[in-house]
Amino acid sequence: MTDEVRIFDPTGEQAPAMRERLAPPASLEGKTVALYDIGKTRSDEFLDSLEPELNSRGIKTLRVAKPTNAKVATPEILRKIVDGADVVVEALAD
Amino acid sequence: MVESQNELLDDGVYLFVKQDCPTCRLVEPVVRQLQSRSPALTIFVQDDMTFFAGVEGVRDDRSLEQSYHSNIEFVPTLIEISGGQEVRRVIGWDRQDWQSLFQDPDLGADLPVGQPACGSLSVAPGAEDYLRGRFGPNPLKSRSFALSRFDDPVEQAYDRGWTDGLPVVPPTAERISRMLAGTNRDPQEVIGNIPPNLAECTVEKVAINAVLAGCLPQYMPVVLAALETALEPNFTLHGLLCTTCFSSPIIIVNGPIAGEIGMNWGINALGQGNRANATIGRALQLIVRNVGGGKPGEIDRATLGNPGKYTFCFAEDETDPTWKPLSEARGFAPGSNTVTLFPGDGVHGFGDSRSRTPEELTRSYAMGLLGCLHPKLCEATYAVLIISPEHYAIYRQAGWDRDKITSELYKATVRPGRDLIRGAQGVGEGIDPARADEDVAKFYEEGLLIVRAGGPAGLFSGILTGWTAGRHRDESKPITREIKL
Repeated sequence: MTDEVRIFDPTGEQAPAMRERLAPPASLEGKTVALYDIGKTRSDEFLDSLEPELNSRGIKTLRVAKPTNAKVATPEILRKIVDGADVVVEALAD
Repeated sequence: MVESQNELLDDGVYLFVKQDCPTCRLVEPVVRQLQSRSPALTIFVQDDMTFFAGVEGVRDDRSLEQSYHSNIEFVPTLIEISGGQEVRRVIGWDRQDWQSLFQDPDLGADLPVGQPACGSLSVAPGAEDYLRGRFGPNPLKSRSFALSRFDDPVEQAYDRGWTDGLPVVPPTAERISRMLAGTNRDPQEVIGNIPPNLAECTVEKVAINAVLAGCLPQYMPVVLAALETALEPNFTLHGLLCTTCFSSPIIIVNGPIAGEIGMNWGINALGQGNRANATIGRALQLIVRNVGGGKPGEIDRATLGNPGKYTFCFAEDETDPTWKPLSEARGFAPGSNTVTLFPGDGVHGFGDSRSRTPEELTRSYAMGLLGCLHPKLCEATYAVLIISPEHYAIYRQAGWDRDKITSELYKATVRPGRDLIRGAQGVGEGIDPARADEDVAKFYEEGLLIVRAGGPAGLFSGILTGWTAGRHRDESKPITREIKL
């Protein structure tokens, strides 16, 4: 036998994967900006005021919304942003 | 990890004894006569190493490692190994068998013909799980860490980030093995993916965290049910654990299991002092932290949090036959063992010592309930009303049952929308102005859960406000599940 004490790992035993962020574009000219409402109270108000500012500068926008901030984004929502926009502005809260 | 090994491999005879056994003491002189005789005799002593002192071939088995490997149930036990196989086992003192095994017709001639054996320490109550965990084939798949004799296991758990701030019980193989004995489920069965990291959680991981939390094995079915319920999509555990709000999972247990595992629904039911209440809730929180990675300051962004995030678990008082338990109200058969997971805040105390009629008490409760989240917000959260015995007595004496109380409370919390819209009463917060002409209920029809608990004295009840994510009906809601035994 052995007097060794051995303890077992209660964690998920995962290791984080680090990914580089994409470099921001030098200009928004010709780009589409996704305006992403995460579903928190008054997120839409912020985006409603931002959208005309962007459009008036000739920048296209794409509105995307989660039904509630309480739940994570579905793959479909993320796909819509990835496929339809170059940049995303995420409206958090309250 | 050094694996435990069965040392009964070489041909020979092996004897297992303990000093605290009259029959073992009886055979000691016989064994001394067998010195230097063939076949070679090895003696494993389970308790006192002064026993058989000076006898050749004595081995220390106070760890019970070899007794475990050889499935020793009684002492003395003689085992003959030949050709690498066990060919004979003699239990107790049986003069004829001993004489036969050692081929000596005079062996122990002055002793009685026979004397029964005693129980082996390796089958003492609690020993089996302990020894299986320590010396059995290692069924645990989790990574493990060897500590030196100078390491404090409790401090190691802190250093590795496994605790909620309070000390945890070190998760050793024997403790995890004992915990796994509390469920029939396969240790490698996957319960689900724990947010936020969506890490796979096996029964084994649940058991390790239950050890950390201080659970007893018999709590395992409740812990597993609580976790499975928390993982239901409409409980929305991911959002709950990272919210800036106060809330976290609150566990309410119904059914006979609550009494069987010694849960508290009486005096101080929501407070400290009961192991089952304290550790079941804590186990769920530790699973979220350790398996899912939901740690405060990281993904848990609570502005203030609440002490219930250490643990919040209690049972309903089902001892009054006039009261329909929460489990039945939520569609389960009488006598069902269930857990109800409620996404909620801490306890809001409610005191009313003057109301004496059910109508008065209902209006009084309504005043308290209207304050949930914000007095002017409606259909924005769920709530639990915990009715204490003295308050319930007012209802019972008037013949009001659960259904009557529920419907009357619902009606008592309906108000004119014009008083609640944003800006009304000089307060910016409020409901949509479009509802000014409606009569607006505080809760959805199913939004108020009523539970009976508490000590016999005190006209106090408790209100648990739900997470604000109740503002959409299926955003996050209380969920009840049956506990699989």
